[in-house]
Amino acid sequence: MTEGIHARLQLAWPGFRLAVDLDLPATGVTAIFGHSGSGKTSLLRCIAGLARAPGGLVRFQGESWQEGNHFVPTHRRPIGYVFQEASLFPHLSARGNLDFARRRADRGRPAIDLDQAVDLLGIRHLLDRLPAQLSGGERQRVAIARALLINPRLLLMDEPLAALDQARKGEILPYLENLRRELALPILYVSHSAEEVARLGDHLVAMAEGQVLASGPLGETLSRLDFPIKLGEDTGVVVEATITARDATWHLAEASFAGGALWLRDTGHALGERVRVRVLARDISLALSRHDDSSIVNVLPARVLEIAEDAAEGLALVRLAVGDTALVARLTRRSAHLLELAPGKAVWAQIKSVAVIQ
Amino acid sequence: MSGALLHWQAIWLTLKLAAVTTAVLLVLATPLAWWLARTSSRLKQPVAALCALPLVLPPTVLGFYLLVLMGPQGPVGQFTQWLGIGTLPFTFTGLVVASTIYSLPFALQPLQTAFEGLGERPLEVAATLRAGPWDRAVHVVLPLARNGILSAAVLAFAHTIGEFGVVLMIGGNIPGATQVLSVAIFNHVEAMEYIEAHWLAGGMVVFSFLVLLALYAFNQRGARIGVGTGGAGHD
Repeated sequence: MTEGIHARLQLAWPGFRLAVDLDLPATGVTAIFGHSGSGKTSLLRCIAGLARAPGGLVRFQGESWQEGNHFVPTHRRPIGYVFQEASLFPHLSARGNLDFARRRADRGRPAIDLDQAVDLLGIRHLLDRLPAQLSGGERQRVAIARALLINPRLLLMDEPLAALDQARKGEILPYLENLRRELALPILYVSHSAEEVARLGDHLVAMAEGQVLASGPLGETLSRLDFPIKLGEDTGVVVEATITARDATWHLAEASFAGGALWLRDTGHALGERVRVRVLARDISLALSRHDDSSIVNVLPARVLEIAEDAAEGLALVRLAVGDTALVARLTRRSAHLLELAPGKAVWAQIKSVAVIQ
Repeated sequence: MSGALLHWQAIWLTLKLAAVTTAVLLVLATPLAWWLARTSSRLKQPVAALCALPLVLPPTVLGFYLLVLMGPQGPVGQFTQWLGIGTLPFTFTGLVVASTIYSLPFALQPLQTAFEGLGERPLEVAATLRAGPWDRAVHVVLPLARNGILSAAVLAFAHTIGEFGVVLMIGGNIPGATQVLSVAIFNHVEAMEYIEAHWLAGGMVVFSFLVLLALYAFNQRGARIGVGTGGAGHD
């Protein structure tokens, strides 16, 4: 993958160790997921050149950023960086902060212009304010616009929502989804939130104790029963689907994916629109025959691929194939035993609820 | 020469000395404070202690050593003579050198506090926005440390205006050349000219009060808009 990002880094500080050897795609959003202290921020800082792992190697699209004694300082790397907490220059207005980036932007390639960045992040009405006069969420939106205006070839985001409360997160996530949809800009997105990862990621890297435990396409990686980070109630998969029908009477929309279709509450998406649907393992129950006498709308024929014990006592995780798409169900071990579930067995997956997350 | 002319000469000389000293100190103390704020070198504590010495030493001790060093037999004196500029004691340049050393801690401390208060983050942010080291210093560090720099300048200026012992030791008392206000006041008191002493001394009290008032008011405003303030050296 010479056109992607390659990072081979080792760091050892008292009480902390980082040892990674990663190939990442230089397209879409790569979510770097792990609990705090897992080394994900250190990895990002090394890629940015803000931290230096002696003897490490960082390459981006064939360009060497660090190799042997060669070390490109941060200000010469074509990156944008969004920090976890507000990082706006306090002495400059929102506009001043954006101008700081525009004056230093890479002019060698087509750039996002001020109007585009301002509209993408919805910050036009905030431009004349000082950072001290903005809310946490507004500051972070300005910081994201500023990182875009430097015209980066790679955007690094270090838990941009972690310092915000739930309401503010909800306020910013749609803007991040805009970025993902509208800019052909590779993004490395560090997060410890399963929800953010499910909403934004295309590729998933799971980290713990300074090491990479899994790396792969989001859907595939999340459906692995041996996914190394226990998600508990958040266990579930993400399915890319297309809106293929809308039922005005019942206010429902049909989202088709490889191997089947789900009916969802109509959230106003147009026919043909791509959506991302999250199906949590705890919302799927299994039956051996099809029941039409329940309130459950989505009942899909599936085949058992694999069964594993869940971290929680008494529960099992079952990986299912619905056509070409993998789902994960979480049920009691007793149910798994009574249904005599085994790889290859045909079952009906009853899906209690599905959420469109994009 | 009339008394009034002497007064104006002393006032002018004092202001000139304070202005030149402040300018020299800002140039020298800024990099030094930056180094002290960010280094983890083992030299940090000794250097910091050395720079703080003028705070605790009697001005006469400082003046005495400066006189010895810069005098005809001292190493600095030998060097300046070799350069062909003679010796520094009893000249305006000598006063500037002495004042710079004497007021150094007053410039250094607010600068160092301001730089330490900045933290690593603004510099990292600037680096991710393509700002190189000089760009960062000029467009991020200096504006963010603005209040610290202002405090340093005001304190260095005011402290130089108030110095007495060091000047007397190495500057002597030459009207028009090295006789500054504080020395002029001393002369008036010695000569029992209390009215003249009152005018000059009272003027200095008012001046010093106004300078400090302006400084505190400015720092207060800086704190309100959230720009990092470098507190005054001893507040």
